[in-house]
Amino acid sequence: MHARLPHFARRAVRAALPALLALAAPLAAGQQVTVITSFPKELTEAYKKAFEAKNPGAKVEILNKGTPAGVAYVRETPAGSRPDVFWASAPDAFEVLAKDGLLQKYDPGVVVPAKIGNYPINDPQGFYRGQALAGYGIMWNTRYTKANRLPDPQEWGDLAKPVYFGHVAMSSPSRSGTTHLTIETILQGEGWEKGWSQILQIAGNCAAITERSFGVPDGVSNGQYGIGLVIDFFGLAAKNSGFPIEFVYPSVTAIVPANIGLVNGAKNADMGRRFIQFALSEDGQLLLLDPKISRLPVLPQTYEKAPKGYPNPYAGTIKAKVNFDSGLSDERYYLVSALFDHTVTFRHKELVAATQAINGAAAQLAAKPNPRGRELLAAARAAAYTPVVEESKTKDKGFVAVFRQTKRDADATKRMTALEEHWGSAAKKNYARAVELANEAARLAK
Amino acid sequence: MSSRASAPQIAVALLIAAFLAAFLVVPVLTVVYVAVTNPDGSLTLAHFAAFFELSLMRESFWNSLYVAGLTVLFSTVVALPLAYLTVRFQFRGAILIQTLGVLPLVMPAFVGAAAMQLLFGRSGTVNLLLQDWFGINIPLMQGLNGVIFVETLHYFPFILLNVSVALANIDTAMEEAAQNLGASGFRLFRRIVFPLARPGYVAGASLVFIKVFDDLGTPLVLNVTNMLAPQAYLRVTSIGIEDPIGYVICFILVGFSIAAMAGAAGFLRGREFATLQRGGAGAPRRTLTRWQAAIAYGWIGLVLLLVLSPHLGLLLLSFSKVWSYTLIPESFTLANYATVFTDSTRMIWNTLVYCGLAALLDVVLGTAIAYLVLRTKVPGRQILDHLATVALAMPGVVLGIGYLRTFRGVDLPFTDTPLVASWVVFVLAYSVRRLPYALRSCTAALQQVHVSLEEAAQNLGASQGRTIHRIVVPMMAGGIAAGFVTSFVTAAVEISETILLTSRESLAPMSYGIYLYMQSIAGRGPGAALGVIAVIVVAVGTYFSHRFVAARAAHQERRG
Repeated sequence: MHARLPHFARRAVRAALPALLALAAPLAAGQQVTVITSFPKELTEAYKKAFEAKNPGAKVEILNKGTPAGVAYVRETPAGSRPDVFWASAPDAFEVLAKDGLLQKYDPGVVVPAKIGNYPINDPQGFYRGQALAGYGIMWNTRYTKANRLPDPQEWGDLAKPVYFGHVAMSSPSRSGTTHLTIETILQGEGWEKGWSQILQIAGNCAAITERSFGVPDGVSNGQYGIGLVIDFFGLAAKNSGFPIEFVYPSVTAIVPANIGLVNGAKNADMGRRFIQFALSEDGQLLLLDPKISRLPVLPQTYEKAPKGYPNPYAGTIKAKVNFDSGLSDERYYLVSALFDHTVTFRHKELVAATQAINGAAAQLAAKPNPRGRELLAAARAAAYTPVVEESKTKDKGFVAVFRQTKRDADATKRMTALEEHWGSAAKKNYARAVELANEAARLAK
Repeated sequence: MSSRASAPQIAVALLIAAFLAAFLVVPVLTVVYVAVTNPDGSLTLAHFAAFFELSLMRESFWNSLYVAGLTVLFSTVVALPLAYLTVRFQFRGAILIQTLGVLPLVMPAFVGAAAMQLLFGRSGTVNLLLQDWFGINIPLMQGLNGVIFVETLHYFPFILLNVSVALANIDTAMEEAAQNLGASGFRLFRRIVFPLARPGYVAGASLVFIKVFDDLGTPLVLNVTNMLAPQAYLRVTSIGIEDPIGYVICFILVGFSIAAMAGAAGFLRGREFATLQRGGAGAPRRTLTRWQAAIAYGWIGLVLLLVLSPHLGLLLLSFSKVWSYTLIPESFTLANYATVFTDSTRMIWNTLVYCGLAALLDVVLGTAIAYLVLRTKVPGRQILDHLATVALAMPGVVLGIGYLRTFRGVDLPFTDTPLVASWVVFVLAYSVRRLPYALRSCTAALQQVHVSLEEAAQNLGASQGRTIHRIVVPMMAGGIAAGFVTSFVTAAVEISETILLTSRESLAPMSYGIYLYMQSIAGRGPGAALGVIAVIVVAVGTYFSHRFVAARAAHQERRG
């Protein structure tokens, strides 16, 4: 059959062969540093160029993967050929890496404040270090809000208002580390019950629960959605790149570090150390102020060089009311994610229907008050916006542990799926009940 | 044909089996065995039981079935007329239409869907216009209907390609006979042409069904989670790579894909499709009357406009600086292309090399498997077919992790580069996952070659090898080329394995670059520019392979 290869194919193979062999040749090691990261290309490209300019002969190889894929990649690569530096936002990914022995301690000798709010900037054990700071907030498309006559939001609570119905977008905590932090911030700031009630109302106003965290800023930037819950640099960078975007930090926000760490079993740990040192140096921190990057440096003195109006978490321009408790967040991480998915992400259609019915009834009752209707409406709200898991349960160690096991035997799977089934069907029932109650309330107001 | 398998046949079968075992079965098993085991290694079916108790999973299952079924229906409506008109009638630009028809496949699903959002989404061009004129907003891109809309435009080329090849292979004497007996128009198509082209149609339709049933990218970009493939992906990536339910879903996806393939095979069994002569190319094409032509061109124009809309959106995006809540971008720039050409030319070359080699490997394997299955008595030959098909339903992320695990510590022969850190791993992974496409096309092509032609050659003293080489492969050329194109094109846009297997940016193919640039908050212009280049590269490739088929047919004509 070989002889029947089309002529052009034979020629192409012959032409390509030397190039292929060149591809297989090992790279000149020694001067190369491999950085695995989830950060966008603008940021990584800026650091690559600056680092290579400062260290002649050095070569930065950027490996861009989503954080979960990045963790999996490091884990599955044999020690000795792993990438050198892990660089990403979500602190929990670093926790996982440190726990699995995939990070090594390194102190670049850079002095930063010990804590931002209540949150330690560097890992107390020394496995990874804060490289930038991030707060959570609300971004909106000014053209969209103008065309749809929407007021500018200021607080998370604003997004629960009926006027924003169908205009909001957020991601899911199981898909996006940053959304998880946002949800956890609201839960810690408002308390479990009130926090969930607010989250459910906001989710009911959402046009979409996006699969990727990037789906939110992207959709708001191009006008698919009006308003989004995002990490600050998404909003600031879009605005600074010329999109009609505004961004605000609500008062219930938390500032947490984005981290950098040296991988255990790195191919070239020395170069890795140099890269980390550079990222934390004054030159490295200054790069964060680039309009296309727009992140918050960890070095307080860098803010002196920032343009006017640049947010400064050390100077109180961001009022972070929540002292983020990372231990609590870590403990119930899987519980919060799974609860969100089974009552919001997978039941979004039903939740939106409930919200629509409640908003409709509320509007009619406002026009034509009716005491019985008010009661029904309150019952509808309670049905739709009460979490299916009570706070007391979240303190039950055995209950939380169901979601923390990684290796699952038949019993564990059964326990977990039974819970998921229970949450999903309870949520579905509650939302349907809310629609009924709200419709009845609306009838009374006719 | 001899009634027993010959030694060379068995050797080829074993070789293929070894390839599939090493690069498909073992890697997949290293990952999915958790679906049927307890952590201590004992076997259990409890995970399956747990799966069926989740009403979410049952709902997802029906949603997937619904979307896949309707997509096949709509794809048929789009593809059949395009294929029939361009192959059987005097038609200006038939090759152009055939090439344009394949374009939707060359876009990664997430890029296509993103581009379509800009045109058909909530604040897309179409809805902004409708809002302005009539104050209405049509949810074209939302929920299950959105998935069906995007998938139809994305996957109908599978039917177009396979039916076009099948039509070209039908002996036109059959049609002429029917015409002489007075059949024409729709009756001719329904009673003669379509039944004879059915292997091609069934091959294409079953591919569309399975592809949609297993597709992950499109539902995710449209934020639809309540379908099977997204559920599997979400569980594996968010609950953890060890979550058994995720693999139970993979099992079910695989089972369903095999069932659909088997169903298609069963449907074709016991019928005769082979005609003695390859028709098409040499046969006179019919002419359309003026009115027929007007309707045909109008309809094809409409379909093409819709089909090419994602490309149009992508093209606009690639020249845009800022595009937000307006009909078209507000300012244009060439900077995006400059960025791509300074940063990413290596990626374009990598894509050509990886996908070209993978597709080549696929058609060689596909032809061999098709021949073994249809023409020999090698015991267990069906298993090869089924094994190759399993790859279709394997989520890329599973295969990717399987590769990293299985080949940990394995170096490329004669070098000290680890296999998984080299370009070879892309070729292997792409070829394994794209093999089912090539195999379907090759099988359909071989089904249409009448056995008596080979028997004649062998009666004249040709050996089996010579028969394959001089008779079978040339007669199958169209199908092989279709298989090559489909494999190449779909491999070029593969993303989930690519992300996992990329160990150095210098090794990354274009799809990785598009993914990377598309994540940029400062605008997705460079990603769109790279996407446009990908579309052009693949379109040129497709065009030349059509040319190759045509030249081949003409050559055959002269010789015969």
